[in-house]
Amino acid sequence: MSDTMQTQLACFHCGQDCHGSPIVMAEKTFCCEGCKIVYEILHQHNLCEYYDLNAQPGVNQRMQVRKDKFAFLDDEKVQQHLIRYKDAEQAHVTFYLPQIHCSSCLWLLENLHKLNRGVLRVTVNFSKKEARVIYHPAQTSLREVAEALTSVGYEPYISLNDMQEKKPRIQRKLVYQLGVAGFCFGNIMLLSFPEYFSGSGHTDAAMNNMFRYMNLALSLPVFFYSAQAFYKSAWAGLKHGFLNIDVPIVLAILVTFIRSLTEVAAGQSGYFDSMTGIVFFMLIGRILQEKTYQGLSFDRDYTSYFPIAVSVIKDGKPVPTTLPDIKTNDTLLIHHQELIPADGIISRGEALIDYSFVTGEAAPVTKSVGEIVYAGGRQMGSNIEVLTIKEVAQSYLTSLWNRDELQKKDDRNVSFVHLLSQYFTWVVLLIAVVTAAVWAVKDPSRIWPSVTAILIIACPCALLLASSFTNGHILRILSRHKLYLRNAQSIENLANTTHIVFDKTGTLMGKSGTEVRYFGNTLSPAQEMMISSLAAQSTHPLSNAINNYCGNSSQHPVKDFKEYEGKGISGWIEDQYIRMGSAEFVGIPRSDEHDGSIVYVGFNGAPTGLFTVRNGYRPGIRSMLETIRNHYTLSVLSGDNTREAASLRILMGSSATLRFEQKPADKLDYIIQLQQQGEKVLMIGDGLNDAGALRQSDTGISVAESANNFTPASDGIIEAQQLIMLPAFIRLCKANRHIVIVSFLMSLAYNITGLYFAVQAMLSPLVAAILMPASSISIILLTWSMSEAYGKRLSDKGFQRMPDKNHV
Amino acid sequence: MGVIILLLGASLAVALGFLAAFIWSVKHGQFEDDFSPAHRILFEDRQANKND
Repeated sequence: MSDTMQTQLACFHCGQDCHGSPIVMAEKTFCCEGCKIVYEILHQHNLCEYYDLNAQPGVNQRMQVRKDKFAFLDDEKVQQHLIRYKDAEQAHVTFYLPQIHCSSCLWLLENLHKLNRGVLRVTVNFSKKEARVIYHPAQTSLREVAEALTSVGYEPYISLNDMQEKKPRIQRKLVYQLGVAGFCFGNIMLLSFPEYFSGSGHTDAAMNNMFRYMNLALSLPVFFYSAQAFYKSAWAGLKHGFLNIDVPIVLAILVTFIRSLTEVAAGQSGYFDSMTGIVFFMLIGRILQEKTYQGLSFDRDYTSYFPIAVSVIKDGKPVPTTLPDIKTNDTLLIHHQELIPADGIISRGEALIDYSFVTGEAAPVTKSVGEIVYAGGRQMGSNIEVLTIKEVAQSYLTSLWNRDELQKKDDRNVSFVHLLSQYFTWVVLLIAVVTAAVWAVKDPSRIWPSVTAILIIACPCALLLASSFTNGHILRILSRHKLYLRNAQSIENLANTTHIVFDKTGTLMGKSGTEVRYFGNTLSPAQEMMISSLAAQSTHPLSNAINNYCGNSSQHPVKDFKEYEGKGISGWIEDQYIRMGSAEFVGIPRSDEHDGSIVYVGFNGAPTGLFTVRNGYRPGIRSMLETIRNHYTLSVLSGDNTREAASLRILMGSSATLRFEQKPADKLDYIIQLQQQGEKVLMIGDGLNDAGALRQSDTGISVAESANNFTPASDGIIEAQQLIMLPAFIRLCKANRHIVIVSFLMSLAYNITGLYFAVQAMLSPLVAAILMPASSISIILLTWSMSEAYGKRLSDKGFQRMPDKNHV
Repeated sequence: MGVIILLLGASLAVALGFLAAFIWSVKHGQFEDDFSPAHRILFEDRQANKND
């Protein structure tokens, strides 16, 4: 196509391509009216430093926010839920602003007081993407603050979820425990030095004795406070009749502590240094492994998607009402782009509802007055009124969450580390018994020292260290490649996968329409140019796609341009009158033989043809599927109809199961069915329609266009363009197990050395003090270097596998 | 002998001070956001008329 004439112009605000028709102001180009308005506001208020800190820092403003969208913030009840603290002088509120991405954002938001004088202070938490706003309630209102944020491109995301109490996400207690353990460990080491060298006769007996009591005192916080996490986990395991890895570790801690107590009482040194050291290192491993991604949430339910309030029509006027207060037989006013929160019947207006969120069906459906609409659909186009027939909590969508299967994901999967530790524990106990028996014959006084020494030296902490440090590293390497797993167990589940289930729309296929086709009378280049010029006037995604298809050459001035929401656009170019939009709008009978979203075109009132805009498969998906279909059984569950069946069959291979028109409950049942056949299922999906299946599967990974998008509850979040790396990711997760086993074998070597001393009842505190940190540190180094080596292979793979350009 | 006990006490006190500082900093969220404070300090207030 001949669009080489124009150079690409980047929008001064958001950096996106201006598509041929830039708006120019003050020698700066803008891609759309919205971006220009934001610039004007910032310019007026002397806030242009925003553009100096980073080039093109803005977020695209093509989608305009409805004027009175935040009217619900004037509602007393909504305010109560959002405002954390309020008195006559100040009110505190925290907004979630998903647009925050750079230091310019930080600067602008913290200078919000220049825009709205009522704002006293804004503090941004960058990693949580939150802004805490303190404002003067007499000078401004919550709604005005939200509107000020929106006016500069940071629209607060307020959802039903904000009505619930929030729990702190980070386990601060674990960090405190680590701090205490580190403090005690360091000082005990220091105080133990004289003991280590006491053999050479430079020490003072009275002083040594004092040091021992100090060590004892320092070990108490570690024993009673820092090690609590292990006691709890071990006790929980025992209660369920399961010998997990923490049981032998707690046994070792107990034995070491008691033996050390008796030794100090008898005037000997004890093993406080080893005990506190082990707790310290294991806590580091645990924290590393339970690292949380602050900006991400793995536990979203429908409340994160639903608005906090909608307009209910009372006595002819829209009144903002919080969702729990919506009763049946209320009339809801649903605006363009708003989510329908409860099942209902359309009582006024023409609905065009996008159910892709709920069902995966890509094309919006038209509904007229009298038809039922379900919660979770998004209205496109003009306003509609809906008479509710069910309350929010009883709607079809929300009832999905209340299914019993989903209430709790039980611990079906037991880590191989626990199984390994069981064998290990039995072997250690056996050695202890044999040693005891031997000493019982030769010298009964040595039974106690030798047996306790065995339990001290052979505690499986090396195994725990190896696995927690390896898991921590693998999680970090994966997150570098934009796969964010929820926890360490997910690594193992991913490695054990036997069956991979994909969703179609939003997963295999991108969400934005990418494939445009034209059917009808042949278009002349001049006509193509006119269509492009007309489409360029509209910000609708379909218009954008058609504009691109027609060469993006919007050279013609358009006169009398009109946009009819939900119907189409029209305008005059030279002497031609062009209409584009729905069949009724253009005056053409509907065509049933095409799929995807259809845009009809008419010149001068006569039908010319139609464009179909369909979702394309993501680039690179084909070669990814070719790789994995040799190793795994594949399935596709689509909420869509069968029109993609043929091309999907080619993609997925002949052995794959393809199912269409799957409702969310069908998807869930299919996963359960696979699991009953003994398959370990990896489900990859997006949207609420997959939520049940994602929760039920052994590993559920949700695909997001950006990690900060909203994703349903899952075990992991993957960025869409990284999906092609899936085979490499699974390989890395499998490597996880090898690394743990190798590290474990190495620690066995240390253990055997230690046991050599222990069975002879010759384990001196010095030997233990050398062996313990040496083994811990070498295991940490080994797991680190091995996982880095595997991780490096992952990056190389990523570069080799360039996405194939051809869409299927 | 006496001086060692004095030194020990002093060193423990210093270490306890650091432990307290660590716990205080965790409690006040110093490890929660490692981006904003680092960048905030680089912004200059050009108008220099605002007092928070």
